[in-house]
Amino acid sequence: MLSDVLFSGSLFDGPLLSEYETAALLLSLKVSAVAVLASLPLGILCAWLLARVEFPGKAIFDSLLHLPLVLPPVVVGYLLLISMGRQGVIGQWLYNWFGISFSFSWRGAALAAAVVSFPLMVRAIRQSFETVDIRLEQAARTLGSSRWRVFLTITLPLTSPGIVSGMIIAFARSLGEFGSTITFVSNIPGETRTIPLAMYSFIETPGAEYQAMRLCIISIVIALASLLASQWLTKKALKRTASVC
Amino acid sequence: MLNINIEKQLGQLQLKVNTQLPLQGVTAVFGRSGAGKTSLVNLLGGLTTPDKGEISLGDTLLFKHKTVNLPPEKRQIGYVFQEARLFPHYSVKGNLTYGMRHKAPELFNKVVSLLGIEKLLSRYPNTLSGGEKQRVAIGRALLTSPQMLLMDEPLASLDLPRKRELLPYLQTLAQELKLPIVYVSHSLDEILQLADHMLVLHQGKMIAQGPLTQVWNSEQMRPWVPLQELSSLLSARIADRHPDYPMTRLLMDDGNQLWVSGQLPPTHKQLKVRIQANHVSVCTEEPKGSSIRNLLQGKIKELYPSDNGEQIQLKIALGKDELWANITPWACDELQLTPGKDIYAQIKGVTMTQMDIAESH
Repeated sequence: MLSDVLFSGSLFDGPLLSEYETAALLLSLKVSAVAVLASLPLGILCAWLLARVEFPGKAIFDSLLHLPLVLPPVVVGYLLLISMGRQGVIGQWLYNWFGISFSFSWRGAALAAAVVSFPLMVRAIRQSFETVDIRLEQAARTLGSSRWRVFLTITLPLTSPGIVSGMIIAFARSLGEFGSTITFVSNIPGETRTIPLAMYSFIETPGAEYQAMRLCIISIVIALASLLASQWLTKKALKRTASVC
Repeated sequence: MLNINIEKQLGQLQLKVNTQLPLQGVTAVFGRSGAGKTSLVNLLGGLTTPDKGEISLGDTLLFKHKTVNLPPEKRQIGYVFQEARLFPHYSVKGNLTYGMRHKAPELFNKVVSLLGIEKLLSRYPNTLSGGEKQRVAIGRALLTSPQMLLMDEPLASLDLPRKRELLPYLQTLAQELKLPIVYVSHSLDEILQLADHMLVLHQGKMIAQGPLTQVWNSEQMRPWVPLQELSSLLSARIADRHPDYPMTRLLMDDGNQLWVSGQLPPTHKQLKVRIQANHVSVCTEEPKGSSIRNLLQGKIKELYPSDNGEQIQLKIALGKDELWANITPWACDELQLTPGKDIYAQIKGVTMTQMDIAESH
């Protein structure tokens, strides 16, 4: 059947992507990009806290942060639904005060993606923080830099390989997010129907194998591209920062 | 004056120093490894905090227990570490200008040419040799226009050729810049070449402090110097060169003369001459027909048997100067050496080379 699909010639007839696929692809990219960029500052902060600061309850904080990694995504989606939904405790408050609603919108999909990919991002950045030589930071202090300037000019640039790989890993995880998204914000075409959700719809529909296979190939292409980009960016960033001087 | 009066518990070691150091020239902090040298300069630089006490640099109070603790970036103290600690993501130029608060092209050019790093400016630290890295690190610290410079064994991580390469830069630095330098080292060779002043640490306690020659020759110093490295430091001036042989005649302050190997470059400055105790021998009568060029009349002051009983360290008075000699207990017994006895000290001319002679600043 796979060979039928691949060699029938009908798979990529006409425009490269159909309107429907383009919509799902762009939505997926938008949701993942927003999820990664919006959670990045918090991710850096959490990674820094875990790598550099000793505080009571650190082990619990660390475990809580990793929870979305081990919980079934449907549980995460359900928790988001009851907390961040229009009727949820936080969701209601956000809607009343700021007019922000996550329910049944792409913002909710981005939130779900951010939550499940957050531990992966923090892990990568944290490891990178741990490899930054504290002696370089000390040297910068003796050169007249405040703690904040040292963080911005020394620590953060030297962490950049980890930040880049953390972002890409989180982006890839967000692209694949399914369980918590469908639980939290349902499967609405054009609003929350990302590629995995669109594919799920096709698989559920009898006779839509071609469409499902096309989405499958698009997924593989995006995943490969982001992995290659990750390797290239990390290599580029490492070139400058890896050597100890 | 740099006033230090601090206490700090470091694991087993209790660092306790109470002293005043001059704010000019190079002060060497000498001691064996683990004596607390690096810990002391870290406290001065603000990288660690004393348990109690006070530190002030000139009129600026840097630290006072429970009231003042200036962070490192506010102390205006440059720090050159044992490893260069250059920032790998900045070019050499970026590293140099990192700590400059405002543009000062004149200062920049002066420091860059003083250290001979003009050609390295656009390169990145990972392409530099050890000596080059250390020169950049020194320049980077100087360009913050510090009130004082701390140097923690800046030559220790370098091999011998690199040390020889860097030492002249440090000498020029010490002479050209009117900047007080605290220089940590366990190498008496480096201290001889660079320092004017010396502080000796042992197990966290200060055991001597003062002008270099005075501390070098002091009784307190003797137990902490390895047996083979015991030496005397005498001050002298160049008198003339030998007309026929490559040797130079030095005149010591009280008129004794000393022939040393090589033709020293002429200078009117006071020189420091190191004479290793192992290179000094003793006669009770004036020897005849000896190859040894230097014969100095003196009087035995003290005798100290070494810890292992294999040597006796003699302190000989040469006028106002003092000279250490290592001899065997056998020789000591046979010559019946006792304090007060008149003797002749012999020093081979070939043992004193340029490594043993340095200009005073």
